[in-house]
Amino acid sequence: MTLTAPAKAVTAPRPPGLRRLWRAVSPYTYVAPFFTLFAAFGLFPLVYTAYVSLHRVELQDPGTMEWRGLGNYTALFGDEFFWTALRNTFTIGVLSTVPQLVMALALAHLLNHRLRGRTFLRTAMLLPYATSVAAATLVFAQLFGRDFGLFNYVLGLVGAGPVDWQSGTLSSQIAVSTIVVWRWTGYNALIYLAGMQSIPSELYEAAEMDGASRWRQFFHVTLPGLRPTILFTVVVSTIGATQLFGEPLLFEGSMSGGISHQYQTLGLYMYEQGWGFFHLGRAAAIAWVMFLLILVMVGANALVARRRSRKEAGR
Amino acid sequence: MPLTRAATQAALRLGAVALAGSLLAACGSGASDSAADKPGGKVTLTVDLFGSFGYKEAGLYAEYEKLHPGVTIKQTDTEDEADYWKSLQTRLAGGGGLADVQGVEVGRIASVTQQQADRFEDLRKYGADGLKNQFAEAKWAAATGKNGEVLGLGTDVGPEAMCYRTDLLKQAGLPTDRDELAEKWSTWDGYLELGKQYKAKAPGKSAWLDSVGSLFSIMIGQEEERYYDASGALIWETNPALKTAWEASVEASGAGLSAKLDQWSPQWNQAFAAGSFATLPCPAWMLGYIKGQAGETGKGKWDVAALPGGAGNWGGSYLAVPKAAKNKKEAYELIKWLTAPEQQAKIFAKQGNFPSSTGAIAEVAGTTDPYFSGAPIGKIFGDAAKAAPVQVLGVHDQNINQQITNALSEVERKGLAPEKAWENAKKGVANTLG
Repeated sequence: MTLTAPAKAVTAPRPPGLRRLWRAVSPYTYVAPFFTLFAAFGLFPLVYTAYVSLHRVELQDPGTMEWRGLGNYTALFGDEFFWTALRNTFTIGVLSTVPQLVMALALAHLLNHRLRGRTFLRTAMLLPYATSVAAATLVFAQLFGRDFGLFNYVLGLVGAGPVDWQSGTLSSQIAVSTIVVWRWTGYNALIYLAGMQSIPSELYEAAEMDGASRWRQFFHVTLPGLRPTILFTVVVSTIGATQLFGEPLLFEGSMSGGISHQYQTLGLYMYEQGWGFFHLGRAAAIAWVMFLLILVMVGANALVARRRSRKEAGR
Repeated sequence: MPLTRAATQAALRLGAVALAGSLLAACGSGASDSAADKPGGKVTLTVDLFGSFGYKEAGLYAEYEKLHPGVTIKQTDTEDEADYWKSLQTRLAGGGGLADVQGVEVGRIASVTQQQADRFEDLRKYGADGLKNQFAEAKWAAATGKNGEVLGLGTDVGPEAMCYRTDLLKQAGLPTDRDELAEKWSTWDGYLELGKQYKAKAPGKSAWLDSVGSLFSIMIGQEEERYYDASGALIWETNPALKTAWEASVEASGAGLSAKLDQWSPQWNQAFAAGSFATLPCPAWMLGYIKGQAGETGKGKWDVAALPGGAGNWGGSYLAVPKAAKNKKEAYELIKWLTAPEQQAKIFAKQGNFPSSTGAIAEVAGTTDPYFSGAPIGKIFGDAAKAAPVQVLGVHDQNINQQITNALSEVERKGLAPEKAWENAKKGVANTLG
């Protein structure tokens, strides 16, 4: 109240009706800049993409739109390349997210102890994250080369035959996942580290007094304390995995994600439809399916989390 | 934040591009005319190309700038034609960011004449009709629209030959003389037979050829009808010539003659210097690519002989001026000069891109290239250009070829059964055409 008093004195007296109106409207004007931008660059493209997805539109002539109804979507469900891409997105997602989060947790645990050069190590961990996707992928593509790649050279030293990393389904997916893991482990480790440092040290002291080992402390104090952080990283990584695009595109520089589409993700398939074959309508349909997929997954995550916390509250 | 935002961005761009296309198409044409076209003033001409046209390397821009004071030329270049075309299509749809001169590959020229004639300048406006006699007839006809519009001027054509490494062939005990080889591999069967002999005594881990995909592409280049027939109907599935090329490729794969390196992949590029393959089917423009990848150390190790199974054509390009270009008149003057016989001859001597201008073809007949062991490239490619069939071009040539060579890669790299791969190719093409 004291804050508003001088302001009132400065502003010219207004008729009470107008003032009431201003009071009702002003909060909206403050948030308006964000929502205007969001409407222009977030909401409109979303809605327009939905509109495009109901038409046959070709990039050569985007002005001509031929109504197709849900044709693009039904075609998608009968499209084996779509299902391959969906399956790839899932398997690459698991292959990259699980090791990434487990390793991040382990790294964070190590860095949470007193170590020489701790700050340096923490900073170094974030470096892969600061590298551009393109640069990292191109380097990894060289390392995974069949004839002159470093990984095959090392395999050759121990007597294992050269692997054609790019052409096999599992091998290529492992290779692509490796790039993701390399880039994102450090980032997640830092988030876990922040989470760990917010766990009160009394808990550890108490556990130590009870004679709990380092491992038991980790499982019974650290992990439960980190649950919200872990949930956050899982959600973020899941969204990221669903949208995975740059790594598979640049791995061999092919939009089809390998000669048999063996590592083509949904994002890449959308790109191939839109910018390889110029079928904008079909690409828009894929974009929307991806969007819905992400909504469903995030919703499921939230539901599980809420049920858990309710169970705990009821305990 | 999410792992990659690129996918979302791509999704958002979808809407944005489509919208921009419909909005800007209305105002784009009107605005650009008034912006430039001032005679005598200072002009910066932008040229956007793919692969290696070689104008900068041959010093042609500098020469043109000297001849036309006040003109500055800026070139941008994308190595992979597929990437270039994608970006050009996006900009054409949006109507912005287009250069004054855009390159168009022959595999896309049908798309320009059939689908996008309204996006490019009709060069007759500037008097291009008069140039018709300068060019090989087929080259000119392919860039002519339904109503006789001249939509681009031809740069090079891609007469086909066979490039080979004399040092590797010698080590394997095979002849290295280009005439002797041309006779031995006068048919594709002869070529594959020679390949088997090579494999038996191959030096190191080297293979007979780079990939069966390039074998397929060069063979299909010898045909008049490839993916479409003259009426524009899709015939590739039943085209016996295509099936022959497919089967030869499958045979080469089965006999282990290929280094299994997909064309244009980074691994393929590395293999030039490493000497992973002894022969490389080469259209004329490949000569410049070989020089670039194999570098100085490759000089004198390479040679060129006539292609097995007769003459063919693979690739070649055009220069076009988009409607949305800023300096259309000046752009036309530039491409007219660049595609004139004298300049085409210079490019051939420097880069190996074979001229599409009849005057230049006569002029370069005596050219030899020390990089390729002094091979008479003017004669070899000139003969091939003369004998090559006039190809039927289709809108989706490039994409269909991509799907088929992908399937062939599955055969050679993954050991997929050829019948299964053929089915995959069919599915891939169906998906491409949508």
